[in-house]
Amino acid sequence: MISVENVSKTFTLHNQGGTVIPVMEGGSLSVAPGECVALVGASGSGKSTLMRMIYGNYLAASGRIMVGDVDVAQAEPREILALRRERLGYVSQFLRVVPRVATLDVVAEPLLALGVARDAARERASALLARLNIPERLWALSPTTFSGGEQQRVNIARGFAHDYPALLLDEPTASLDAANREQVMALIEEAKARGAAIVGIFHDVEARDRVCDRVVDVTGFTPVRVV
Amino acid sequence: MKDMAMTEAGLSPLLRVEGLAKRYGARIGCTEVSFDLWPGEVMGIVGESGSGKTTLLNCLAGQLAPDAGRVLFDTRGRGMVDTLTMSESERRMLGRTDWAFVHQHAQDGLRMNVSAGGNVGERLMAVGAQHYGDIRDKAIDWLDRVEIAEDRVDDRPSAFSGGMRQRLQIARNLVTGPRLVFMDEPTGGLDVSVQARLLDLLRGLVREMGLSAIIVTHDLAVVRLLADRLMVMKSGHVVETGLTDQVLDDPQHAYTQLLVSSVLQV
Amino acid sequence: MNAYNFAYLDEQTKRMIRRALLKGMAIPGYQVPFASREMPMPYGWGTGGVQVSAAVMTPEDCFKVIDQGADDTTNAVSIRRFFQATAGVAVTEKTAEATVIQTRHRIPERDLVEGQILVYQVPIPEPLRFLEPSEVETRKMHALEEYGLMHVKLYEDIARHGDISTSYAYPVKVEGRYVMDPSPIPKFDNPKLSMAAIQLFGAGREQRIYALPPYTEVVSLDFEDYPFQAGRADHDCDLCGADNSYLDEVITDDAGGRMFVCSDTDFCSERREAGHVGALGVEAVA
Repeated sequence: MISVENVSKTFTLHNQGGTVIPVMEGGSLSVAPGECVALVGASGSGKSTLMRMIYGNYLAASGRIMVGDVDVAQAEPREILALRRERLGYVSQFLRVVPRVATLDVVAEPLLALGVARDAARERASALLARLNIPERLWALSPTTFSGGEQQRVNIARGFAHDYPALLLDEPTASLDAANREQVMALIEEAKARGAAIVGIFHDVEARDRVCDRVVDVTGFTPVRVV
Repeated sequence: MKDMAMTEAGLSPLLRVEGLAKRYGARIGCTEVSFDLWPGEVMGIVGESGSGKTTLLNCLAGQLAPDAGRVLFDTRGRGMVDTLTMSESERRMLGRTDWAFVHQHAQDGLRMNVSAGGNVGERLMAVGAQHYGDIRDKAIDWLDRVEIAEDRVDDRPSAFSGGMRQRLQIARNLVTGPRLVFMDEPTGGLDVSVQARLLDLLRGLVREMGLSAIIVTHDLAVVRLLADRLMVMKSGHVVETGLTDQVLDDPQHAYTQLLVSSVLQV
Repeated sequence: MNAYNFAYLDEQTKRMIRRALLKGMAIPGYQVPFASREMPMPYGWGTGGVQVSAAVMTPEDCFKVIDQGADDTTNAVSIRRFFQATAGVAVTEKTAEATVIQTRHRIPERDLVEGQILVYQVPIPEPLRFLEPSEVETRKMHALEEYGLMHVKLYEDIARHGDISTSYAYPVKVEGRYVMDPSPIPKFDNPKLSMAAIQLFGAGREQRIYALPPYTEVVSLDFEDYPFQAGRADHDCDLCGADNSYLDEVITDDAGGRMFVCSDTDFCSERREAGHVGALGVEAVA
């Protein structure tokens, strides 16, 4: 489902004398449907960078990034938009929403974007919020005022609202208590069971060992830096 | 909803811009602008003051005659037609039906001496509606959609707050179900809290109506929330295009990097 | 008398005005610009109508002037005298006898016939002016037949007053094409705009001329659910008893006394001469 081949990435800092920073070389990865692969490596080794490239958030300098039949490294913006709408989900570490929008609608939005009827979308959102222990009295409020842990759970609910065939998870269990951590892992296991291909970053080793089938160490893709 | 599904399945862009250029004497307004806008897409145009983004918007919307290039629009009747070679009556008809223009200052896009209902109803009457009751019902429905209470339908916009005026302008523009909306700094000059409400409203309308939109703004937070794609302009040239979050998070051009790094973090 | 050219205006000016009139006749309802001259009377006193009358007048014409339907107001009298002095034409107060009738704010009650010319004095010729102050824009709207704005004006009327309250200068559409301001005639007169006589409109200050040839189709704008209604006071003329004429309300004392009389003085006196008597009228002296 997800296939990354020989991807490289550099950052060029035009406003700092045109400094070129190579951050990845020869990045390769393959994830089958129903499989969960963890990216590991020291901080700054390029885990998030690789994940962002798969999502199309960072531009790859070279290589192929296939998600289904779309090469994210070459695709037009509208192809990536369609991919994100229908097939590729992403749970980032930070929730970014329009202020004022109710939590319930924030979670339902990916479904509304797919044309799901409002009632059905809200029903699905309600179920997820309840499962992740967001008190119902908060559903009508904007999540911008929530605590960090609550925001993250809203973010996870949003990421799991639609059954994406491919999922990217950036620290999904960080800063969660035991009960909620258990719920998130169950969600991941259910996604795997329905055949989702998942790439994740987990600092939570216990969680990683439980849900991930394989580990890919991105340190192997880190270019040798000339200091 | 049905229309949206149909247009999304369509294989041709809604708007195709080729080699558009506008000069003011020796000075470049904008030049070598080419892009496709697909049905349902929202494109942001960002850049500093004087970068040519408003000139470009006005050229696209037929409010300013460019010196070169083509602006092809997928019309309902005749397929792709260069709007620059259309007759003026055809272009103005487009402006009242399939196109809409939301001005930065609501008073530029509203008739300030006409009631809210009359403002919303004008486009309906311009395309031949002649049943007062129907026009009024539709106006009230649209006021509701932009969160203006029904009992304000006979008030003039001069009695409205800035945010309400802007929402009224949006209702007035969208009442005829346009397919393409041009917006010039739609949230400019509004309080931050009012901006958020307007952004939410615009996002909902864009999604529900399957609208395509071109939004000119200097506010990167606005485009991050509203736009699917971004076009960055500097000195009349397009220096970078791409997915909004990609351009903002991984800017390639020196100017975009400067623009992104100059935003104050809250 | 010989100090003036016939009908005051020089022949070059008359030719210029006639050209504008012909163009106006050829494009019913279209406002033709013309080089309005200074006239020996102030703007607002009918300078546009006077120039049109002067341009169409022949020595054989019989001239009548009405102001709000009356032949005997200052404005009507002075214009009638003006042409008596400068053209030496016959004048009359009888609608039936007149060949050229200059009017301010009324159409005579008696049906006009072929061969007659009705000349209107027009203060503001542009019907779209109310909502769109730009002349450039309104001309474009006429050219492109964009008349939605005219209905906005009527919409505002209903929203504000519950009904179309515009009671004079009520906009009309001419031959399905141009929207036209019929000058400040009461909307009661609108149905009479389709008539056998030639109608010419002159706006002196605004330098515009427009026209309606005989039997032109003239339709008053309205909404399907608020159709045009030519209203009149619910009363009969207190002098002649007419129940189908446009009435003026006349205050008769300080105690609230009032009477309704025909605004068309010629129409009213003809009826009285024919023996009709209203509620407060006295038998005409035979």
